[in-house]
Amino acid sequence: MIRRIFLPAVTVLSAIVFIGKLISLQILNSSYKILSDGNAVIENSLFPERGYIYDRNHKLLVSNQPVYDLMAIPENITSFDTLELSKILEVSEAELNEKINSARTFSVKLPSIIVGKISKERNAMIQEKIWKYPGFFILKSSVRNYPVSIASNLLGYVSEVNRNDMKKDDYYSLGESIGRQGIEEYYESFLRGKKGKKFYQKDRFNRIIGSYENGKYDVPVEGPQNLYLTIERELQQYGEELFQNKRGGIVAIEPKTGEVLALVSAPSYDPNILVGRKRSKNFRKLVLDTIGKPLFDRGLQAQYAPGSPFKALNALIALQEKVIDPDTEYLCQKGHFYSRGMFMECHCKNGTSNNLHSGIYRSCNTYFANVYRKIIDQAGENIEDGMNIWNKHLKSFGLGNFLGYDLPIGKKGFIPDADYYNYWYKKGGWKSATVISNSIGQGEILTTPIQMANFTSAIANRGYFIQPHFLKSVGNNSLNKEYERKYTSIDSIHFETVIDGLHQVVERGTAKVAKIKGIDICGKTGTVENFIKLNGVKTQLTDHSIFIAFAPKDNPKIAIAVYVENGYWGARWAAPIASLMIEKYLNGDVKRKWLENKMLNGSLIAEYEKPYSGEQFVINE
Amino acid sequence: MNKNIIYRLDWTLMLIYLLLLIFGVVNVYSATFSQTSGGLLDFSQAIGKQLLFIIFSLFIGIVILTVDSKFFEQFATLAYSISIVLLLGLFVFGKTVSGATSWYNIGGISFQPSELAKVTTALIIASLLSKFQSDLKTWRTILKIGAYILFPFILIILQPDPGSALVFGAFFFPLFREGLNYAYLIIFLTVFTLFFVTLSFPFGVVIGIITILIFLLFFIFKKIYPKVKILPFLILLIVSIGFSYSVNYIFENFFEQRHRDRINLVLGKEVDSQGVGYNINQSKIAIGSGGLKGKGFLEGTQTKGDFVPEQHTDYIFSTIGEEWGFLGSFFLIFLFCLLILRVIFQAEKQTNKFRRIFSYGIAGLIFTHFFINIGMSLGIVPTIGIPLPFISYGGSSVLAFSIMIFMHLNFDANRLNDW
Repeated sequence: MIRRIFLPAVTVLSAIVFIGKLISLQILNSSYKILSDGNAVIENSLFPERGYIYDRNHKLLVSNQPVYDLMAIPENITSFDTLELSKILEVSEAELNEKINSARTFSVKLPSIIVGKISKERNAMIQEKIWKYPGFFILKSSVRNYPVSIASNLLGYVSEVNRNDMKKDDYYSLGESIGRQGIEEYYESFLRGKKGKKFYQKDRFNRIIGSYENGKYDVPVEGPQNLYLTIERELQQYGEELFQNKRGGIVAIEPKTGEVLALVSAPSYDPNILVGRKRSKNFRKLVLDTIGKPLFDRGLQAQYAPGSPFKALNALIALQEKVIDPDTEYLCQKGHFYSRGMFMECHCKNGTSNNLHSGIYRSCNTYFANVYRKIIDQAGENIEDGMNIWNKHLKSFGLGNFLGYDLPIGKKGFIPDADYYNYWYKKGGWKSATVISNSIGQGEILTTPIQMANFTSAIANRGYFIQPHFLKSVGNNSLNKEYERKYTSIDSIHFETVIDGLHQVVERGTAKVAKIKGIDICGKTGTVENFIKLNGVKTQLTDHSIFIAFAPKDNPKIAIAVYVENGYWGARWAAPIASLMIEKYLNGDVKRKWLENKMLNGSLIAEYEKPYSGEQFVINE
Repeated sequence: MNKNIIYRLDWTLMLIYLLLLIFGVVNVYSATFSQTSGGLLDFSQAIGKQLLFIIFSLFIGIVILTVDSKFFEQFATLAYSISIVLLLGLFVFGKTVSGATSWYNIGGISFQPSELAKVTTALIIASLLSKFQSDLKTWRTILKIGAYILFPFILIILQPDPGSALVFGAFFFPLFREGLNYAYLIIFLTVFTLFFVTLSFPFGVVIGIITILIFLLFFIFKKIYPKVKILPFLILLIVSIGFSYSVNYIFENFFEQRHRDRINLVLGKEVDSQGVGYNINQSKIAIGSGGLKGKGFLEGTQTKGDFVPEQHTDYIFSTIGEEWGFLGSFFLIFLFCLLILRVIFQAEKQTNKFRRIFSYGIAGLIFTHFFINIGMSLGIVPTIGIPLPFISYGGSSVLAFSIMIFMHLNFDANRLNDW
């Protein structure tokens, strides 16, 4: 009997053992499913081509250009003429061999980059010969391309993500690109789009053998968007040309909309140098230029004393607080004693009596020192109140704080208040005379050029401004973002008086050079003392040349602030440059060629080299 | 006659056989899908060749059904001789594939004579044992039968194809059924156990285990039969230890490293999943990831990715496990059980000794393949490269097993007719 049932019994027993093992493998243990997905499915990302950037008139600012990576699959490489290939690729033979060896170490079956970011021209040469080298092939990708070399700081650049980026946002993985600085950084999500995913079935050598489950789990790329900026390409370019061999910045704003028309920072750099293989080398050079600071956006980040243009604001505050009226006059004797033994100089003729109008167009220090003391001392003994009222009015112009524009960098500037002076001078330890420099825009006040342009815009609008911004529209959709008017704390009635004064500045005052036939320009020059620390010693440098303006007077289309570092007085550099910018923007072309040439050819390089020459130097000459 | 056999044929078995073939083709197609560029009937592709062999096998099968049953008994010696000649011929004309000279290559189609030798050896054993002088109680018969089995076994070992050679151990089943002494069963099981125990534990521990077990056995016997002597047990002890030692010795000195690795793996001694364990590990991942219902036909990611080596041949069960899941695997195991049990059941009903032994022999062969192949895919049995009957890719195997099934069908159909 045992003989007969032995084989059937063994058969059934084996079957039971198998079924038991199957239950444990297939039903009770789920880890095998995960293991299987892990080794048989590969996830590849699909990258959309980065969005283009245009100016306000749909002129191209940033596009993409193809670059080529020479790839190799080591196991497919047959023996070849390394010398010839290295010549074609413009790399040394040793370098080429080393790359191939390291690729082989990585994987013999998977492609590795041998030479990355090859230009279009070189690629054309390589394409002709690549057939001679089995195992090598060319892979196309794209990098940024700038048809006009302008606005580099405003636009920003694109580079590979680093560890920090990946930590901050798990969207990114190694080798991907990210926008840095400027528009590229601020509008990264629009420009980048969203990468897609494609799942592939791979084989045991990790080679892709087809799509996984017919692409059931694939995610398509989400379209990157083109951006239309508020910048006008011609104006931006013109501004940058005018700033050749000078340092400083221009900010031009359309007052009605808050749209920034131009943001110039000088010195700058050609954005095309931060593209492709040469990027990191060039970037290093830019970072190491600690004197010119080309990566420092002076329009947004440089905090200067506002200088005389600030007088316009003090005038408005005084009118609003009713401490003066337009006819209030003060006598100027080439300056005045504002405290015992303390004399503030002025360039007015001795014995000039100025009212508000002439105080503005003559830029009389004496007049504004008196006005300022009226503001601060309006509450009598309670000087802190006067100071804080003044501070509050200025803050309403967007000073002393970020403006909220759509770029990732900026500075707050500084408007002092009572607490600030209480801290430095102790409570009761200061008077209006102590802080008198604020009257003429020196002292503790700091503003950035874009803040200057913005308050100019507020004056032009007779009492309100719109948050400056750089993005006009995204793709085909006009921007839904509504910018509301931000009213200043000054009644609009007071603006007309001050604007008349500013008009006189250009018509007959300090900035006659800025006058343009047929355009009523309102402006204010400024000349700002400035200091640096040179070998630990506070050293005064040649004054900054400043000008703010808007035009036309009755229907302002452009408000502008120009800073020329160490340009001496306001009408020397800043006013002509601002005037040329206005002419360019409003008339389309510039008729005053003599002025244009003077500005284009003028150089301040010698001025900038003075402090570093190691010799004694004379300023303001 | 033709019309008659259609009525007498066991269509249930025929159906099981055909189901297995179909299931096999489907899975070979899936396992080779990534390599397949042409259609089903492109005979340069694996699946095309497989179909061609199946059609040829069915044709041969029909021919077998029409032949008089008695013919096979007379034909046994000739068939056996032919297969031996073919095995010998390999040494001269054979084609070497991955180290083993096991194939003839005729016009792009490979043929493996060791597969045929399984059928012919079954025939010759049935033929020898059914002669009325034969008696498995006599040494003469045992030695004679043993020689007939050993001859092809040694020729196949020399190819070297130890997997296929090992299958000849399947003839233990018909021999035991026909009256081989129980001692052989005990030896068979003891050898099997000792082999694994020896390899699983250090030699010292093994001696300890053997000694304890034998003394335990002795004391049990002593209680039942007080007169029992200790000498036979001491001899058994020495023989066992000697065997264990020689297994160790053979294992270390005669096995190639890859064989040692395979056995070590099943014994759980090695867990290196990228090295030796790779095959089994990948096979288990494939089967395990199938879950209850499987991933579906052509949807197996492990299968498509070609992660399991030899997937269309020896590891075909991993494709089944992955794509058809527990349900499909269960169905397959069920079909095999049904097939083996039915063949045994029908063999037992045979009054003709030759036919009974032959049918029993093929049941043993199918079982052995079934056990080793699926056991290997599941990681229960060491890696021994033999195909899963009717399922695995391989023309010779399909043909040989088809011949077995059709001969059995012939014998069964004519059970009452001609004796």
